[in-house]
Amino acid sequence: MTETLLKVRHLKKYFPVRQGILQRTIGYVKAVDDIDFDIFRGETLGLVGESGCGKSTTGRSILRLIEPTDGVIEFEGRDISNVKSGKMRTLYRDMQLIFQDPYASLNPRKTVEKLLGEPMAVHGMYTPSERKKRVHELLEVVGLHAYHAARYPHEFSGGQRQRIGIARALALQPKLVICDEPVSALDVSIQSQVLNLLKQLQQELGLTYLFIAHDLSVVKHISDRIGVMYLGRIVELSHKKSLYSKPLHPYTQALLSAVPVANPREKRDRIILEGDVPSPANPPGGCTFHPRCSACMDICRTERPLLRDFGDGHMVACHLYNQ
Amino acid sequence: MKPLLNISGLKTHFFTAEGVVRSVDGVDIMIGEGETVGLVGESGCGKSVTSLSIMRLVPWPPGKIVEGSIMFQDKDIVCLSEAEMRDIRGNDIAMIFQDPMTSLNPVFTIGDQIVETIRLHMKLNKKKALSRAVDLLKQVGIPRAEQIVNEYPHRLSGGMRQRVVIAMAMACNPKLLIADEPTTALDVTIQAQILDLMRKLKKDNGTSILMITHDLGVVAEMCDRVVVMYGGKVVEEADVNTLFTAPSHPYTKGLLQSIPSIDQEKEWLDSIPGNVPIPSEMPEGCKFAPRCIYAMERCQTEEPTLYEIGNGQKSRCFLVEEGARYDGNTIESKTS
Repeated sequence: MTETLLKVRHLKKYFPVRQGILQRTIGYVKAVDDIDFDIFRGETLGLVGESGCGKSTTGRSILRLIEPTDGVIEFEGRDISNVKSGKMRTLYRDMQLIFQDPYASLNPRKTVEKLLGEPMAVHGMYTPSERKKRVHELLEVVGLHAYHAARYPHEFSGGQRQRIGIARALALQPKLVICDEPVSALDVSIQSQVLNLLKQLQQELGLTYLFIAHDLSVVKHISDRIGVMYLGRIVELSHKKSLYSKPLHPYTQALLSAVPVANPREKRDRIILEGDVPSPANPPGGCTFHPRCSACMDICRTERPLLRDFGDGHMVACHLYNQ
Repeated sequence: MKPLLNISGLKTHFFTAEGVVRSVDGVDIMIGEGETVGLVGESGCGKSVTSLSIMRLVPWPPGKIVEGSIMFQDKDIVCLSEAEMRDIRGNDIAMIFQDPMTSLNPVFTIGDQIVETIRLHMKLNKKKALSRAVDLLKQVGIPRAEQIVNEYPHRLSGGMRQRVVIAMAMACNPKLLIADEPTTALDVTIQAQILDLMRKLKKDNGTSILMITHDLGVVAEMCDRVVVMYGGKVVEEADVNTLFTAPSHPYTKGLLQSIPSIDQEKEWLDSIPGNVPIPSEMPEGCKFAPRCIYAMERCQTEEPTLYEIGNGQKSRCFLVEEGARYDGNTIESKTS
């Protein structure tokens, strides 16, 4: 599992802020600000963070659905950050996306058969009759039935729609699937069904996931390694065991302690962070977390800490550990 | 404990072109003074309609309370006139909604909106009402309250807006606070702040809280007693410790097992098969039977009542009556 499937280096996405009648750029929202990570073949890399931390932008930049400002993205050793959009399309055979909202991501005017068959048709895979067979197969794989193929999305519940979304992502037999909050719109009992399905498909088809979510317990359940993002930067990246048992970054510690536990007897010490996440249009200098950090030092206000490995692949970007 | 609110046999139905939707179908809930009761269930189980019924905010048409009573102190809310109801809303019973983005009026300042509530129910002049508004904002932990009071809602973040909504709800020291998914739209660290705030307010003012949520972690942290709803009915009721350690109804068990835990390592999650039935396809008999691994023949045709188990725990399941002992995944009385 040490073969790198996706390599991301210095990925940046700055959205210009325009104002006035001439629409002049007056500043940038640094949604993703210089992040590095690798995804190994067959693993699940979780990406957690609060709203606005840039986790979804990261996922979309990798697929170049949002054009990154800067950085290198290597897929199977090939630099795809400058590939033209036509060529990029052939790469979508290997990289697919599952969206958050199962209501908005399916075209309401197409039947399930059309929805699932379309990616295959676009890529010229299979003959029409083979395609039909493959659609039925896909439906069975995600726990639906072949007779569902003739139905329209509105006839399905949220959980079933998410299954269709998953089937569509799998239609081209991709290597990498980017799951952008795939279960956050679902009820708990349905959420567990979909999580189990994703895990089972990974084992059967040897998929690699980039799993983006805000729910820390969900991410822990599904991921092998987890990256924690704050204001466009990865502040900590580690194997899930060490991350959850021994979080190093003060933000990760606060984030983990804030999760309500479904056990009324357990009272944990909670670190309550002061204030809100600052605006990414005007992030604080140095370490972006320093205004809310209880262990803030002088250096944190001026110098950006770099993500460094502190043994066993436990990477953290914090000045506390740099001494 | 003295009951503050007592709902009995509440039925709220919606009369639509496709037929009658029984969103709330015979619900009994008691909330004691100073108690926090959690109302848990998945989307469409009727938990929000129950709370709207308490506030008499169910839109007619198509919705209507067709049966039952809601005793608040010594008044039956169901029989009150609209004018009497307006007196209670915001004064004795206040509500916090899920989405802090839409529950504030964008064209009035925060001060205006809090002052409006205060002046409707309390005999205070404008100046005093405004200073009370500032005090309230300070209570809910808003920095620079004197300035924020003159700001418009769009200037505040989600967490801040939810604090304002809470301040507004607490403006007249209500006896009961209904919180409908108060933290669902917020990030975890902000959620922790808001839950902390609600606990503090409850301690300081002795307010009873009806906490409507689907997040069992929030329930475990905030509530004294929990009511679980499924298909418009209460399926289990217990104090919070009993519910999490010895749940009785198969649905409650399924729910508890299907959440991934941050402390435990599990390869596969247990999940409840199938989907929540849509109202027009509500099964006969036990509403949960089609998804229940313990379902027996009689579950398909007969509807169980809410059985008393003891210690205040109640469960709507025939297994209680049959005295069947079952735990985890072993099914000892699958066939009757």
